[in-house]
Amino acid sequence: MSKPRNITINVPVLARVEGEGALEIHSRGREITALSLRIFEAPRLFEKFLEGRDFGEIPDLVARICGICPVAYQMTAVHAFERLFGLDPGGWVRDMRRALYCGEWMQSHALHIHLLAAPDLLGYDNAIAMAQDHPEIVRRGLVLQALGNDLIRLFGGRSVHPVGVRVGGFHHAPDRSDVAELHVRLTAAVPEAEALLRWTLALKLPETEQRFVSVGLRHPAEYPMNEGRLASSTGLDAGVAEFERHFSEHQVDHSTALYCLFRGKPYLVGPLARVNLNLERLPAAVRAVLDESGIAWPSRNPFHSIIARAAETYYSVLEAARILKDYRVPGAPYVPAVAVAGAAIAATEAPRGTLWHRYDVGEDGCMRRARIVPPTSQNQARIEADLRQSIEALGVDSSDELLRRHCEMVIRSYDPCISCATHFLDLRRHRA
Amino acid sequence: MGEPAVMAKKPRVAVHKFSSCDGCQLAFLNLGEDLLRLSSMVELVHFAEAGPVDPDAEVDIAFVEGSISTAAAIERIRSVRSRSRFLVAMGACATAGGLQALRNLADGAAWVADIYAVPAELDLLASSTALAQHVRVDLELWGCPVSGRRVVAAVRALLFGVSPVEEQDKVCLDCKRSQTVCVMVTRGLPCMGPVTRTGCGALCPRFGRDCYSCYGPAENSNVEALGRRLEGVGLSRTAAGRRFLSINSAAPPFTEAGRRRAQDHE
Repeated sequence: MSKPRNITINVPVLARVEGEGALEIHSRGREITALSLRIFEAPRLFEKFLEGRDFGEIPDLVARICGICPVAYQMTAVHAFERLFGLDPGGWVRDMRRALYCGEWMQSHALHIHLLAAPDLLGYDNAIAMAQDHPEIVRRGLVLQALGNDLIRLFGGRSVHPVGVRVGGFHHAPDRSDVAELHVRLTAAVPEAEALLRWTLALKLPETEQRFVSVGLRHPAEYPMNEGRLASSTGLDAGVAEFERHFSEHQVDHSTALYCLFRGKPYLVGPLARVNLNLERLPAAVRAVLDESGIAWPSRNPFHSIIARAAETYYSVLEAARILKDYRVPGAPYVPAVAVAGAAIAATEAPRGTLWHRYDVGEDGCMRRARIVPPTSQNQARIEADLRQSIEALGVDSSDELLRRHCEMVIRSYDPCISCATHFLDLRRHRA
Repeated sequence: MGEPAVMAKKPRVAVHKFSSCDGCQLAFLNLGEDLLRLSSMVELVHFAEAGPVDPDAEVDIAFVEGSISTAAAIERIRSVRSRSRFLVAMGACATAGGLQALRNLADGAAWVADIYAVPAELDLLASSTALAQHVRVDLELWGCPVSGRRVVAAVRALLFGVSPVEEQDKVCLDCKRSQTVCVMVTRGLPCMGPVTRTGCGALCPRFGRDCYSCYGPAENSNVEALGRRLEGVGLSRTAAGRRFLSINSAAPPFTEAGRRRAQDHE
């Protein structure tokens, strides 16, 4: 054998991921000795500047953590405070929050499926190039994305950092005529969303079988969004307030996103984990299409996440249409909140997975401390585990170009939302 | 503001991202089918989130989202500037340092140490700053998020070789024009509309709530008078200060108005 060599390959940019990533692979012979997905987000220190803020300010501030899922941050914050304050905003608020969340799932999933993931699977550099050959597919995706955005706009005035949500409910109840108009569009989109799910089922996805633990919320009667208990495919059943007992975050030197582990091991959150844990909570219409596919659920193929995203898009269209069908304007769109000191804790299902918040609230209703665990920090260790397995399956001695393309596709399939400064995938290979 | 150079037949456009939430880029990604039309009118040479990747390309128009918060970012924005004929700062992070500029008023190093076990490994400046503090900016589009309609209007204007119009009015004027009932006068809400740049269409007052100034200070804003009024409608002096020290805390009139009140408290 020739003497050990170090090979470093710089590839330009990891496109179609929200964030900067660098992948470093060390190998010896056919074995990977070290692998790290390095993430460099310029930290914005959100948890620190929430300190001293009044609870009423928090929903608008935490929305700014993510432009793609601001509703998830708002929803988690308001539920945390309401749980602590013992505030029940009632059925109307509960239903409308669910409809609003459906809007976010629709737009985020449609964006990822069509603009970020599909070009990989159909062999294009980007969705604009893909639209030349598949105009109807891209158009359908953009229509569903726009419908989700308009649903957010109905409740929040705009789709990015909407202004309608407050602790206790909404600032404003939509007019009946606006809801009726959107309901017509939702109903018309049902076959489109079903067709989208069938289309993802017909895609030629890479075959792989991996062992991983799925984590997400479970609710006794519903597909989980705002409520539920923490569940895992290994039998975890815990209240959201017990999160810190089972999950721990730590810093690793190659990433500014903190790594979160479940009892010391990597785990998956997000659409595929949710479908795996909550298949029977999906309505019959969605389940029937998934059953026809011949996929044995729960799935062990991480590439099935695009199917899970499409299933949830279909579900969101059905669910929002169901909720808005018999819309009525309430007497008041919110109940007033009175602060209580203590720990405000909640978890909801963001498009990318379980989002957990904890606020230590003082007597004055202001934050003493905040802790936020976003989905991407939870998936980071799982992405690395997947990359390791994928590279070994592909062969460590594969060409750099093949490895790079496949690794990028693996990373993108998790829809990581890193909100960081640049997008360079700097692939370093060290062969010993 | 720079000269609105007459654009080539199909101008080359780049979208860059610095420290931000990604929300302003969605002004493009949320265009729906218009995104496809836009891509036929301009050549999108760099827009990593959408696919095309060429960060070092020479372009006619660069849209830049995000604030400057690392040493590497200073180098990068200079490089973007040198390769772009017309540079548009897009959104509150790019025009005022964003929400994360709140660390400029605090002990940023202590904040980092509170969150990260090994803070020395982070390349993080003590402050988060607007693009204009580092390079010449030809147009600033304020807002958190920026208005998609105004981004498209800017592209349109530049395609015709004219200067895009910058909105300078206050939110109050939008409320009057749309006959929205004043939430401060009628309900005593601590509305920031009197000092806030319009562009959102008076979204919050139309939803029956007080503006929280996500578009930053309007020109000639009397922040002192509003500060006193906020206290007059019942906010404590520190709570009134926090109204200024939020999404646009690093915009000079807001920094001063907010800091005075925060310091009084200490």
